[in-house]
Amino acid sequence: MKMDKNINVGQPISRLEGKQKVTGTAKYAAEYEVNNLLYAYVVNSTITKGKILSIDTSKALALPGVIEVLSHENRTKLAWFDVQYADMDAPPGTVFKPFYDENILYNGQPIALVVAESFEMARFAATQVTFQYKEEPFKTCLKDNLGLARTAKKGFATALKPPPPPPTGNFEKAYESAAAKVETTYSHGTEHHNPLELFATTTIYQGDGKLTIYDKTQGTINNQLYVANIFGLKYKNVRVLAPFVGGGFGSGLRPQYQLFLCVMAALHLKRNVKLVLERKQMFSFAHRPPTIQNLRFSADINGKLTGLNHSSKSETSSFEDYFEPIASWSHRLYPAPNTLFEQELVPLDVHTPLDMRAPGGSTALHAIECTMDELAYQLKIDPLELRLINYSEMDPSAKKPYTSKALRACYLEAAEKFGWDKRKPEPRSMERGNKLVGYGMATGIWDSLQFPSRVEAMINADGKMVLNNAVTDIGTGTLTVMTQIAADQLGLNMEDVDFQYGDSKKPFSMFQGGSAMTSSTGVAIVVAAKELRKKLLKKAKEMTDSPFKKAEDDQVTFQNGTIFLNSDPNTLVTFKELIAFNKGKTIKTTNMGKPHMLKLKNYSLATHSASFVEVEVDKDLGVVTVTRAVTAVAAGKIINPKTAKSQVYGSMVWGISKALHEETIMDPNLGKYMNSNLGEYHLPVHADIKQLEVIFADEPDELINELGVKGVGEIGLVGMPAAISNAIFHATGKRIYKLPIHFNELI
Amino acid sequence: MNNFEYKQAGNTKNAIELINNTPDAAFVAGGTNLIDLWKYDLTHPSGLIDINHLNENAEITTLKDKKVRLGAAARNADTAYHPIIEGRYPLLSKAILAGASAQIRNMASNGGNLLQRTRCYYFYDADVPCNKREPGSGCPAKEGYNRIHAILGTSEECIAVFPSDMCIALAALEAVVNVSGPNGDRSIPFEDFHRLPGDRPDIDNTLGKGEIITSIDLPEEGFSEHYSYLKLRDRHSYAFALVSVATAFKLNGNVIESARIALGGVSHKPWRSIEAEAFLKDKEATAENFAAAADLILRGAKGFGSNDFKIQLAKKAIIRNGLMALNPESQLPGALPSA
Ligand SMILES: Cc1cc2nc3c(=O)[nH]c(=O)nc-3n(C[C@H](O)[C@H](O)[C@H](O)COP(=O)(O)OP(=O)(O)OC[C@H]3O[C@@H](n4cnc5c(N)ncnc54)[C@H](O)[C@@H]3O)c2cc1C
Repeated sequence: MKMDKNINVGQPISRLEGKQKVTGTAKYAAEYEVNNLLYAYVVNSTITKGKILSIDTSKALALPGVIEVLSHENRTKLAWFDVQYADMDAPPGTVFKPFYDENILYNGQPIALVVAESFEMARFAATQVTFQYKEEPFKTCLKDNLGLARTAKKGFATALKPPPPPPTGNFEKAYESAAAKVETTYSHGTEHHNPLELFATTTIYQGDGKLTIYDKTQGTINNQLYVANIFGLKYKNVRVLAPFVGGGFGSGLRPQYQLFLCVMAALHLKRNVKLVLERKQMFSFAHRPPTIQNLRFSADINGKLTGLNHSSKSETSSFEDYFEPIASWSHRLYPAPNTLFEQELVPLDVHTPLDMRAPGGSTALHAIECTMDELAYQLKIDPLELRLINYSEMDPSAKKPYTSKALRACYLEAAEKFGWDKRKPEPRSMERGNKLVGYGMATGIWDSLQFPSRVEAMINADGKMVLNNAVTDIGTGTLTVMTQIAADQLGLNMEDVDFQYGDSKKPFSMFQGGSAMTSSTGVAIVVAAKELRKKLLKKAKEMTDSPFKKAEDDQVTFQNGTIFLNSDPNTLVTFKELIAFNKGKTIKTTNMGKPHMLKLKNYSLATHSASFVEVEVDKDLGVVTVTRAVTAVAAGKIINPKTAKSQVYGSMVWGISKALHEETIMDPNLGKYMNSNLGEYHLPVHADIKQLEVIFADEPDELINELGVKGVGEIGLVGMPAAISNAIFHATGKRIYKLPIHFNELI
Repeated sequence: MNNFEYKQAGNTKNAIELINNTPDAAFVAGGTNLIDLWKYDLTHPSGLIDINHLNENAEITTLKDKKVRLGAAARNADTAYHPIIEGRYPLLSKAILAGASAQIRNMASNGGNLLQRTRCYYFYDADVPCNKREPGSGCPAKEGYNRIHAILGTSEECIAVFPSDMCIALAALEAVVNVSGPNGDRSIPFEDFHRLPGDRPDIDNTLGKGEIITSIDLPEEGFSEHYSYLKLRDRHSYAFALVSVATAFKLNGNVIESARIALGGVSHKPWRSIEAEAFLKDKEATAENFAAAADLILRGAKGFGSNDFKIQLAKKAIIRNGLMALNPESQLPGALPSA
């Protein structure tokens, strides 16, 4: 069966929903105006740890238009078992249950919900609910509580996020006798995802235990199951929709408390309810955990690594063991006979951290690639050369070949584009007026995942194709990319393909994360399309005097909404005719796409990148500007270079942010975050972003999946923070062992 | 609900009447600070007197004695781009344009800019103690995260910083604030307008109850030949100053006839040292002399942990900005350090 696979695939096509987004017609979860809507507003704990002794709701309830104030004292009966609260991304431990009892586990914990006839009244009434607390001592500072460190509990999530592998060789011995060695300690602060769209839920109460829910989420089905399990509803009666999502970055991988509370209020009052969090409340759940990493790398005189030791301690909550792999990454890049990796968690009185763009990897690679940089200076080897000396075609950690690895091309192409050869090796040796100039580079590596996904594909009476899948599009370009893939699979124009998504009623998709959606849903489309082509050809054969009767699969072509014989392109049947012949009935199929576990068992899967950065640092004042950055990415087949590039640009900006700007500030005396707004939580603005360039290295991959795709959502971030830190060192001779780097530290 | 009365003032006299006859009322100009404070539950006026229609205060005019009058109701953006300001008081123009964002500057009024409140994290969080918000409740900033806080003129009670950029230039230019109130009109030298926290950190300035700012007068001397505004912050735009410097010189060759240096981001008010400015008089405009002046300006500076760096940073900023003032062309958009 022939179809041209690369008419739309590979084209830099603009987002199909772009116009809706820029004209404001795209509707987000908070924007559904339904009849008889009530508005809910959350009251958050102002203490960090302790108990609620009493709640006074009388003043709030006396206000006109206030319908109800819910809290642990009067909430509806909820599911009994912890496991019923566990969403698909729940780490081991006891999942956080809003309004469960009087205990306060962290500052900002939701403790009451006001429901009123208007948003304004709900918000005002929320200020009138008063609490009596019994405060207890708390611990929120990672640095001060390293003594509490322990290994992470294992659970369901451990499969995707394994603990570090056991030691190999004898690290201590190798380190002691090594010709070159570097020991470093890196610390990272807390970061919050801060998607532009506020977390919001609109719940439409339909009676008979039926709910339709517009929710800000990265996983419609995850949230559907969560709601049904907790509130004892039938799965089929709970529909979660998220047609547009204004960014997620991981914060929407788990159902957040506004969903729980909004649904609880709707069921309790048997009314439609809307709940929108405010920006400050966006700092009261998911975040990237602060970490402290110790590394010791050793090498022989030629720069070949002999030992890798990486141990990491990161924050988790007192109730769940959030674990993101940090300690084990170096050995997936660099071979070394002696390795020692350890990773522990420090439980503190904070909410549970959650995956944030390139979780673990971006934190780890910052420390790893800065340590490599130090080693390069010690050995007087060019930093890029040191990477090439330790280059491995296979995964040294798993001792398996990669399905593909074009990292060498990334290094060389990016170095060339950047002009790395113009770098003077000595730190503080390049200047431009009042500025010290520095060049830095670093490597990135990220998982290449694929989840099972089910797609329904059909041809309708109008000859057009409709596809259904529960996946969201969190702004990455999923809709566009899936439409491209589907169009080529059936030989249709993109206008004749309607990919429907963002709805838990549609066939299964995992939550949108791990840079895995193009592979997951994309492959499911390929599988479904193949079956659909078969069905269409079969139908064509059934037609009276069909010229296709004897046609084998490989003797026909699907193009422009027709099937024709390769031997005689004029002998064709249109999809429309086929459906008419089928008495107007849609021809459809639903199929599962899944990773080829058996085949892939013998391989390692990863995307790679190389980032090269130029910084200017003011000689007297330390002010840093990232003047140029080039990132080359090897991520298999690039379905849409435009949306993919946007992903990498976004990641590079994120890298600048992580290196120089972003940090949630915890006041350890108060146990709360102090800069919970976008004025003081600094993200880069236009003036901070100069020249960025993206290169996609050619990386054919016949093994990984039907499309040869790997995913580009996170990889562009991984190398950037280290490349910036290394460039700053090169410019100034100062090594800053923490992120973000504040300019005043460079004076 | 926090209901409030809304009244529009037609002229200054009317505005004074309204504010004095409406209990617990506040003026609103651009609203870019007041409405935020309201939303954060930090203020709840029961009356709002809209002074955006006071046309007599909306202009920028040259007075008979060559002074220039900035109407309090004129917008920050209109002021910064006004030909008189760009021509005669470019230091003020640069300082305004280093603040906030284009959108905010379009709304913000000159009067409101003088009265904007501190950006102290602890002040902005109604759930934690703050002597400025609730006198006597305490100051967690001193032992907390005080990267953005003051190093000069602090008190036991308060280490907050006055965040304006515009006012740093106005201090350097020795502007005069004209106010009207139930007891008539007054003119307040800029130096005396903002105050140090002392034991009353809840009071930011010397504007009396029921008084309105009508205009700000700039003296004839605008230092348009040798001036510079430098702003150091955690990102290149849309962030408040950790340290800012407004510098202006009258030079005779390379000898300083008069010098003005005002610091922002370091105190509860724009910070000047008359002693330092006197020291520079008749001296060569050199980095060494700027450094000596900086030491005078920063005498007594004290850090609180996370803001210790400001002392050294301020010194270096004073030196660099002195050099930039000799060559105003070296100034960059966003008041970044010269290239
Ligand atoms: C996100 C953000 C970032 C910012 N960044 C900066 C920055 O980098 N640098 C900087 O300098 N500023 C910055 N600002 C502050 C901004 O400059 C001020 O908010 C603005 O100048 C206030 O003017 P307004 O007219 O909006 O005042 P309003 O909010 O209307 O009023 C402020 C106060 O002044 C009173 N008032 C106003 N006019 C008069 C008058 N004529 N007489 C008596 N009382 C009066 C009001 O009652 C109120 O108490 C920022 C603001 C925001 C929101």
